Amino acid sequence: MSDRALRIVLPAVVLALGIVIWALVVRLNDIPPFVLPGPALVYTTLVHDWGLLADSLLVTLITTFEGFLLAAVGGVGLAVLFNQSRLVEYSFYPYAVMLQVTPIVAIAPLLLIYLPQPAAVLVCAWIVAFFPVLANTTLGLNSVDHNLIALFNLYGSSRMQTLWNLKLPSALPQILTGLRIAGGLSLIGAVVAEIAAGSAGAGSGLAYRIAESGYRLNIPRMFAALLLLSVAGIAIYFALSYITHLALRRWHESAIARER
Amino acid sequence: MTSSGPTIVSLHGVGKTFESGTVALENFNLDVKEGEFVSLLGPSGCGKSTALRIIAGLSVPSHGSVNWAVGEETSAGRLGFVFQEPTLMPWANVAANVGLPFKLSRVAESYARECVDRALERVGLRSFAKAYPRELSGGMKMRVSIARALVAEPQVLLMDEPFAALDEITRFKLNNDLIALWQMLKRTVVFVTHSVFESVYLSQRIVVMTPRPGRVFVDIKIDAPYPRDERFRTSAEYGVLCRTVSEALGQATAEGGAS
Repeated sequence: MSDRALRIVLPAVVLALGIVIWALVVRLNDIPPFVLPGPALVYTTLVHDWGLLADSLLVTLITTFEGFLLAAVGGVGLAVLFNQSRLVEYSFYPYAVMLQVTPIVAIAPLLLIYLPQPAAVLVCAWIVAFFPVLANTTLGLNSVDHNLIALFNLYGSSRMQTLWNLKLPSALPQILTGLRIAGGLSLIGAVVAEIAAGSAGAGSGLAYRIAESGYRLNIPRMFAALLLLSVAGIAIYFALSYITHLALRRWHESAIARER
Repeated sequence: MTSSGPTIVSLHGVGKTFESGTVALENFNLDVKEGEFVSLLGPSGCGKSTALRIIAGLSVPSHGSVNWAVGEETSAGRLGFVFQEPTLMPWANVAANVGLPFKLSRVAESYARECVDRALERVGLRSFAKAYPRELSGGMKMRVSIARALVAEPQVLLMDEPFAALDEITRFKLNNDLIALWQMLKRTVVFVTHSVFESVYLSQRIVVMTPRPGRVFVDIKIDAPYPRDERFRTSAEYGVLCRTVSEALGQATAEGGAS
């Protein structure tokens, strides 16, 4: 079997085995659904509650997407600003790091006090997601070939021309790496904020559904919502990987398949 | 073709001391004549690349001055520069890489395309216009780099050990191509190298430099007629010239090492 087929078949077999074992453990031990629902029950719950869960999924995905967009614009924008002025970089970089190392779970409740809930959730998603974009873009902008910079200077390139025609394209692989990390993180940020807001009860995202189902001991729905969150995360990762592949396939070493 | 044209650029008492305290150049004097092919030859660390970067305006001298003939200031397009590495933009195809000088000086696109085509034609890469740098061999990348340096028809072409990283077969081929281009375009070339054989083969004049600090040790005229080809490369005359230059380089290195 080809390497490519194995890469698809093997995880699928592991998944199928896992589901069978899960179903057997639940059936043989007679575990009640409010402790651990079997895979079939989770599936029927998913189908039965689809209307409710799909609405929640949409809410969470929109938040994630908005947080991701803000993180992309904010991360790349800040990195460009830092790259243009060392004084700005020295002044603000430590605080960007501080935002990153402070656990978001600890910040979320505070944000929920000062901001309306949708805004707070969005800010959470942004805080978690922007730093990898900033850090990677900064690395990319600082790794530009020095001789190419000299060449641009020789031809009288303006700052904007150098930024647009040299620095940003050169940093593109690192920017895309940052975005790929940010995609997953903005989902995490959105979920954390929804969970933190859960008791306030105004939300309707998937994480809110999980918290709410937990209070009601509706364990099958918790599992169904969790499953949707995982699938959403995987879809985001693959979408961003595909975009990276499209953008780099012509020229970057990382995207080129080598014959061995 | 003679090397007795008017001076196009001259360096007077140029010195360069880096922040680390390294003295790269000291009291360096050089007159480059219009249309001539001059090589700066010396061991690594003798400041020949620094001298080239100072001529290009990429580096500022600590002492002395660089004077251009009237109307030949180092404005964009006056100079072409070829680095030791091809220094191409990997995300842009060959045509876009060669057209870079035009893009940065906002030249009309139709005119730029015409010049890019001609430059690629000259280095024999016309059919590779749409290829990306990673698809090319080392020698082809260097040709692209040369095409880019020549595309805006600069008055002076500055080359910093451009063929040092290439294999011998490719290097000989590019040496021949460079001579042909130089004869066709009649531009001034300042060529930095640490290869005695390459400098003798290419140049009308070789400036041998001493290392640490870089200074002019001796200025040797190479009177062999052009076009030079493989017959010249294997001739007795070439052998004698190489020995002369090699001895001068040996003395220069010894003197630099002693001081």
